[in-house]
Amino acid sequence: MAREQTGAAGRRKANGADNHKPFRAGGDDPKDGGKAELLKHYRDMLLIRRFEERAGQLYGMGLIGGFCHLYIGQEAIAVGVQAAQKPGDQVITGYREHGHMLACGMDPKEVMAELTGRASGSSHGKGGSMHMFSTEANFYGGHGIVGAQVSLGTGLALANRYRDDKRVAFTYFGDGAANQGQVYESFNMAQLWDLPVVYIIENNQYAMGTSIDRSSSETHLYKRGASFRIPGEEVDGMDVLAVKAAAEKAAEHARSGKGPYILEMKTYRYRGHSMSDPAKYRTRDEVDEVRKTRDPIDHVEEMLEKKGWADEAMLKALDAEVKRIVADAAEFARTSPEPDPKELYTDVYTEVTA
Amino acid sequence: MTDVLMPALSPTMEEGTLAKWHVKKGDKVKSGDVIAEIETDKATMEVEAVDEGTVEEILVPEGTEEVKVNTPIARLSGEDGASASPPAAKAEAEPAPEAKAESPAPASRAEASGDPERKPPEADAKPKPEGEGTAPIAPVQALKDPDLPEGTKLVKMTVRDALRDAMAEEMRRDKDVFLMGEEVAQYQGAYKVSRELLQEFGDKRVVDTPITEYGFAGLGVGAAMAGLKPIVEFMTFNFAMQAIDHIINSAAKTLYMSGGQIKTSIVFRGPNGAAARVGAQHSQDYAGWYGHVPGLKVIAPYDAADAKGLLKAAIRDPNPVVFLENEMMYGLESDVPEGIDWVLPIGKAKVRREGTGVTLVAYSRMVGFCLQAAEKLAEEGIDAEVIDLRTIRPMDIGTVVESVKKTNRLVTVEEGWGPMGVGAEVAARVVELAFDYLDAPPARVHQEDVPLPYAANLEALSLPSVDKIVTAAKAVSYK
Repeated sequence: MAREQTGAAGRRKANGADNHKPFRAGGDDPKDGGKAELLKHYRDMLLIRRFEERAGQLYGMGLIGGFCHLYIGQEAIAVGVQAAQKPGDQVITGYREHGHMLACGMDPKEVMAELTGRASGSSHGKGGSMHMFSTEANFYGGHGIVGAQVSLGTGLALANRYRDDKRVAFTYFGDGAANQGQVYESFNMAQLWDLPVVYIIENNQYAMGTSIDRSSSETHLYKRGASFRIPGEEVDGMDVLAVKAAAEKAAEHARSGKGPYILEMKTYRYRGHSMSDPAKYRTRDEVDEVRKTRDPIDHVEEMLEKKGWADEAMLKALDAEVKRIVADAAEFARTSPEPDPKELYTDVYTEVTA
Repeated sequence: MTDVLMPALSPTMEEGTLAKWHVKKGDKVKSGDVIAEIETDKATMEVEAVDEGTVEEILVPEGTEEVKVNTPIARLSGEDGASASPPAAKAEAEPAPEAKAESPAPASRAEASGDPERKPPEADAKPKPEGEGTAPIAPVQALKDPDLPEGTKLVKMTVRDALRDAMAEEMRRDKDVFLMGEEVAQYQGAYKVSRELLQEFGDKRVVDTPITEYGFAGLGVGAAMAGLKPIVEFMTFNFAMQAIDHIINSAAKTLYMSGGQIKTSIVFRGPNGAAARVGAQHSQDYAGWYGHVPGLKVIAPYDAADAKGLLKAAIRDPNPVVFLENEMMYGLESDVPEGIDWVLPIGKAKVRREGTGVTLVAYSRMVGFCLQAAEKLAEEGIDAEVIDLRTIRPMDIGTVVESVKKTNRLVTVEEGWGPMGVGAEVAARVVELAFDYLDAPPARVHQEDVPLPYAANLEALSLPSVDKIVTAAKAVSYK
């Protein structure tokens, strides 16, 4: 094709090549707050991984229907960013959101029961995998339209600035959504009005089946705010401490009234785009290589062992505990009743009170 | 012991071919290892182990076709007994008696292709819902316009100023209410509806946006989710098509999808319908579009008093409201009560003219056309009743039905296209609810089924007119 002979194509290729290089921020980050913190990150990431594995299993059994997008491989991002948040800060993301909800502290039972469409689910079974919310956890969804959460999250930030309550809206989206027009409409207004929003681009290299080099003219997504004067930074999204440190810096920028900040988290999803994706657009070797060399959980495990903060027995006990939580959630989600038929007509409108 | 079941890998998969085993008896596997490949008519997929363990037995040999979803295909022994077994098998740390009982014996394997708890939704004999989309917002008690206190002064006011005053009063009343849109602040509104609001409320609460409808509608909905009460002005509703995703997918559906947790109290307002000689892209009536959507309330007022009373109600409403104005009517003057908190009920139609011969049902600008048509019809001996719907959703069909029971004849009038339109809905409901009272098939007057032309003569031919209404009313009256 003619387009491939242009200089732009060459640049794309160059950018693409370094996207697939294994990389790792320093493991001895001074922000490492100590044993308790690292163990918490480890446990939180493990909970997400085990939860998602079980969700995949329940999907395979037909207990979860429709679309189901798993977060396996990207755990360090939701966990690291959550660790940088302050009470009251909001979170909003797209439809690959199970991990964010668990990181927010939502009950795994409630999340799993929503996946199986049961009355005890976080949306009483009316939202499903892609549409979960928790006002208690300041989690605003769970949105199924690619990129919609970027405008909505910027609107949360607009409310924060309107009330001057020093909250920050953490707005996640993927490399696919990064090409949506409304993202740039929102960037423009966010910077124009100094809105306290941190945009977290989870660049897992594939927008469904289209690799970033095939979809994006500028593959360094942290630069996407440049024409709006929004600062951006590339972060190793497989390193929970690097994620946390970057999120703290970005949040401080937003909270202090300087406006939005973009963090491009370089990451990788191990599973297909959704459960029904055979992922033929990449090789098994590519996936295995990432799992072997960059896995965010293995990384923390190594650090814990190196520092002498955990031994095998301890990690096994932790794993067993997490598995029990997930097994309980699955059992709860499987045995909870479906919503009462009367629920069909509830929550369409908020009742008007005089 | 854990059974690996034939997985469903898509929402519709029921069976597949077990194409290949990557493991054999005695192999150790861990989470993420590819253990098998399965094929459906659509794709080949890899099956990953979901936990650590040793392959005890391959239950379905490779090459087997038509393997039903949930059939056990292999058996793993879990390391330390802590395997993440499928919940159905429920093998927890200790091999408790009930776990044994549930580990699939050959008999149960033969009969079951899945989780015994899993039932198709149809299995439960659920009562069929009444096909009444408006049921959840049907008023509990009869709605009624407020009585005017004795001595209330009526003042002549344009629709434009009535809308402005409604916003100003609500912004004074509630600090969470703010206005955003193109040219609403410094320019004082493209149609001067927001005149002097910037001066009174400042630029935090009267916000000029860039020309980015999708983006600012999304920001408005996000702010509403966070508890504010935005009024989002579209310069015209034609441009709101860029934002319709947020109006429908984000604003209208989120309360439901969140199980009642996330409320969006927001008003989307601006001129709707045809102006004059601005061509197809700037001349469209969206009442039918938004009226189609559960979760939205849709209002299209006619005169200044209704514009004010209904906009105030819309701003106070905890739901997303689409408020359709009309550019051609901004300058029309009519009486508005002064000095009282004038709030009208959403979902209540108004009988604009009483009559016994034929029922004319309209909203917004077409109400005026119907009133004129009624005068002409009176000259010809037909006594028309004119009903102003005022709210498109929830629709006050009761008022229409009561009228038809009296007149036995129905003509609907709208500026939008006929197919799947507001008139189609009114006619269908009247046929459902008052079939025996009709002496003639309902008639619909609407824009011709073409994009609105620019040429003056073609434009006039395309839009509804007083004459077209008269003709339709005479036709259903067999005159």
